Amino acid sequence: MNISVDTIMLLLILTNLALLGSGQLGFCIRVVSVQGIALGLLPVLLGSGGWSIHAVILAVSALALKGVVFPWLLFAALRASDVRRETDPFVGYTLSIIFGVAALALFIWLGRRLALPLSADSRLTAPVAFFTILVGFFLIVTRKKALTQVLGYLVLENGIYTFGATISTQQPWLVEMGILLDVFVAVFIMGIMIFHISREFNHIDTHRLARLRDWDEVEDSEEQDQ
Amino acid sequence: MTLALVLIPALAALLCFLIRRDDLRRGLLIAAACAHFGMTTASWVNKPAAALGGWLAVDAGGLIFLSITSLLFLASAIYAIGYLKREPHGKRKDFEEGVLFTNAPEAVFTACLLFFLATMTLVTISQHFGLLWVGVEATTLASAPLIYFHRHDRSLEATWKYLLLCSVGIALALLGNFFLTQAASDPGAGPLSLVVSDLVTHADRLDVPWLKAAFVLLLIGYGTKMGLAPMHTWLPDAHSESPSLVSALLSGALLNCAFLGVLRIQQVLNAAGLGAFGREAFVAFGLVSMAVAAIFIVAQTDFKRLLAYSSVEHMGILALGVGLGGDGIFGAVFHAVNHSLTKAMLFLVAGNILALYATKSTARVKGVLRLAPASGVLWIAGFLSITGVPPFGTFVSELIILKAAFDKGSTAVAMTYLFLLSTIFAGMAAIVIRMAQGEASERPKPAGREPLLALLPAAALGTLVLVLGLYLPPFVNSALHEAATMLGGS
Repeated sequence: MNISVDTIMLLLILTNLALLGSGQLGFCIRVVSVQGIALGLLPVLLGSGGWSIHAVILAVSALALKGVVFPWLLFAALRASDVRRETDPFVGYTLSIIFGVAALALFIWLGRRLALPLSADSRLTAPVAFFTILVGFFLIVTRKKALTQVLGYLVLENGIYTFGATISTQQPWLVEMGILLDVFVAVFIMGIMIFHISREFNHIDTHRLARLRDWDEVEDSEEQDQ
Repeated sequence: MTLALVLIPALAALLCFLIRRDDLRRGLLIAAACAHFGMTTASWVNKPAAALGGWLAVDAGGLIFLSITSLLFLASAIYAIGYLKREPHGKRKDFEEGVLFTNAPEAVFTACLLFFLATMTLVTISQHFGLLWVGVEATTLASAPLIYFHRHDRSLEATWKYLLLCSVGIALALLGNFFLTQAASDPGAGPLSLVVSDLVTHADRLDVPWLKAAFVLLLIGYGTKMGLAPMHTWLPDAHSESPSLVSALLSGALLNCAFLGVLRIQQVLNAAGLGAFGREAFVAFGLVSMAVAAIFIVAQTDFKRLLAYSSVEHMGILALGVGLGGDGIFGAVFHAVNHSLTKAMLFLVAGNILALYATKSTARVKGVLRLAPASGVLWIAGFLSITGVPPFGTFVSELIILKAAFDKGSTAVAMTYLFLLSTIFAGMAAIVIRMAQGEASERPKPAGREPLLALLPAAALGTLVLVLGLYLPPFVNSALHEAATMLGGS
């Protein structure tokens, strides 16, 4: 058991670094899909869950959503929006990877110093969970395309999910299903929005969505007054 | 019956997709709103039994927020009938930039409105932190399509910001929930459930560092949704670009639901003896929100953004009230009621002004009192109420919070509070009075009689705030006190 949880944690680290270092939107979606499949396996591999019906159903639905449905939705949005298929970062890829490695080292060091909840199966789970959350934030902030922001949101969600699977007590059934449903609808609506953004603006660069602000309007009205 | 409060609007929403005829669907909207309001009123007389093993229950705090939500929804639904009738079908020109745009299908709009009601109800009655999270996230998802009703680039931008910022914020709250689970996983005596009453009763068994971390994450997460500065940036955009009745619901009902989320965790913190830790954070967020709002209100050129920033201000006042503790908590809950009623009224009137002048610019709207006397009077009354002028209810609740600040001996906080309130009063007065008075220079549309459906809901809400300021009915008073006591006030 020990080996497989560690393997998944390793897979998470690698997928995160791949996301930080890659510019191809299609590749990024596939990487997030791999990450989703790996996470889907987590509940049954962790000691507390085991092969109970609860854990299996949760694993299957998480795997189906994160590994298959979300990537499919995002690919559909990508096709519909017909944009240049690169992520357009504000921060370069090399710098992003350096940031990622530094963050990982920091969290592993912190994980040893602090009394983080340690799952019996692996010492890596909590540090990797926080690392994944941070990578998610980083992707949301530093990438220009609306689609990459959704990917970042998914990675953030995956990190939180990892942390949730790590801590000893489990969330009740209804809540876990509710969370999955919410995330599903969120990605679904975001996908639709990406489609509308690309149709309305001919691009999905969110940094150019900057019409709504306070001070520019002041200047506008002054110009009109003159 | 507790379950029915959520299920009836949800089922009505599903039905909306099946109904082809517009008038039937509008009828269904009103019927569902009335049914929900009826059940909520009945809950005041007879507390409904808890459902789902205590996960869903109407408690004192929840009942107040549920009632506001239900009442505002009814008012907005009535307003919506007239609004949807006036909205033309097909392509038309956007009045700000002249681009062509269409509306989202009316069936989708009505269905999302009803889903929005169902999810907000879920938030107000859920006693379990996990379920509360599911509800808050669901409110974001149900309301995003509402903001994008007018399908043009500005509303799209607003929707995207709203969706992304709130989803990320609420994801942090989910992490906070997991921290809370960790705090409640007492290794000695077995884990506690995340039901509020359970956590409060066994608060001594919670792990303190994890609980503090959970509080911080939940405050930031739900605070984003509530519109506390500096996480408020989605709010002015979403409120200014959505149809006015949606703005009324977002501002009057949704922000309160998020507020209830942070109140619940503060309740647990109080029980665990960490109340002071939480209150400091509330005071800080409260004052920062008021200050940010004051800056943006004074130089505002868009009257719907003006109202949106005023919501940031009032959320700050609520946070401040909770942070001061004592009477402040009673003041905050009472202020939540007053603010919701007033703000919903103002947004509905803003919708009328927008329909008449076809501009959101404060500089180009003049002479509302002459052109549309009823809306003009309501606009002025709403302004007086929102800035806390007597005899409106807001005056009373703002005064209670001021008194709480002096009671606690924090004169600096009280002075800052007074200074910010008066700045905002002056800033808003200059804009609102200029809009109301004078001759209407431009008259894009011939002014006929104002439609009754557009005036009645706003007038009714305004009358209620006025009544609350003059006379607080005993049953409301006791409910407010019960809610405040539950949340650690006196």
